[in-house]
Amino acid sequence: MAVCIAVIAKENYPLYIRSVPTQNELKFHYTVHTSLDVVEEKISAAGKAMADQRELYLGLLYPTEDYKVYGYVTNSKVKFVIVVDSSNTSLRDNEIRSMFRKLHNSFTDVMCNPFYNPGDPVQSKVFEGMVSGMMVQVS
Amino acid sequence: MADEVLFDFLHMEMVSHVYKEQRSSKGELDSKDRAVCVSILEGMGFRVGQGLIERMTRDSPSFKDELDMMKFICKDFWTQVFRKQIDNLRTNHQGTYVLQDNKFVLLTQLSSGKQYLEEAPKYLAYSCGLVRGALSNLGLESVVTAEVSLMPSCESCNIA
Repeated sequence: MAVCIAVIAKENYPLYIRSVPTQNELKFHYTVHTSLDVVEEKISAAGKAMADQRELYLGLLYPTEDYKVYGYVTNSKVKFVIVVDSSNTSLRDNEIRSMFRKLHNSFTDVMCNPFYNPGDPVQSKVFEGMVSGMMVQVS
Repeated sequence: MADEVLFDFLHMEMVSHVYKEQRSSKGELDSKDRAVCVSILEGMGFRVGQGLIERMTRDSPSFKDELDMMKFICKDFWTQVFRKQIDNLRTNHQGTYVLQDNKFVLLTQLSSGKQYLEEAPKYLAYSCGLVRGALSNLGLESVVTAEVSLMPSCESCNIA
């Protein structure tokens, strides 16, 4: 269960960012912003390595003392960042991958919506519903 | 199955609709109006190309370089949209690529020779936009132009 989910456009501005409401929501925005550097590093490192199969899933970007940050980049250079609680029972890699898969599928549907202009903030209710399903439930 | 021709017919109607719209407001089409029609069709293709690429590259791994992306366009993208592959791809390795299709699906119904050659560009505008939108979503800024010398074969040249 994620604590914060963000979708970042090719030009590195957020298309959608949502976190479980706590006192310091700004901290999550900052965490996501700093994780972008790590994402760039991973993309260029994979490019130089000239691996045959470059995966879209980037894996654990970096751990802080409270949170772990995972990244995923699509072929259209849109980045997804998920922040999970470290104290949570360690989520297996497969679960994180499936969360990214669902995000990617939903984002593709948003992209194909003729009323959506690429580059605008994502306002689709279906997308929001899917993200709510993945976030930590707050009573 | 009849689904293959559905898009062909829709495209023909789209082109004639855009031209009719322009004509109804002016009465006679001059070259500036024709340019407007072409850019409307190209704009439509652009948006569709972006969405299509998002869907098609969902499962494939990242592209290594520009040439890889062009090969994807020539093979997978062209097959999905036009049910065949590009026949010939040439490049000068400095950013210009020429894609040649010897039997372009949207032109086969028009003629197979020199007849209606002047009308061909109208029917290529949407496809140019399609390629431009696809490339733009993959991260490549480009200019896409198409030319027809002998129907139904056409060449598209893009400069990235």
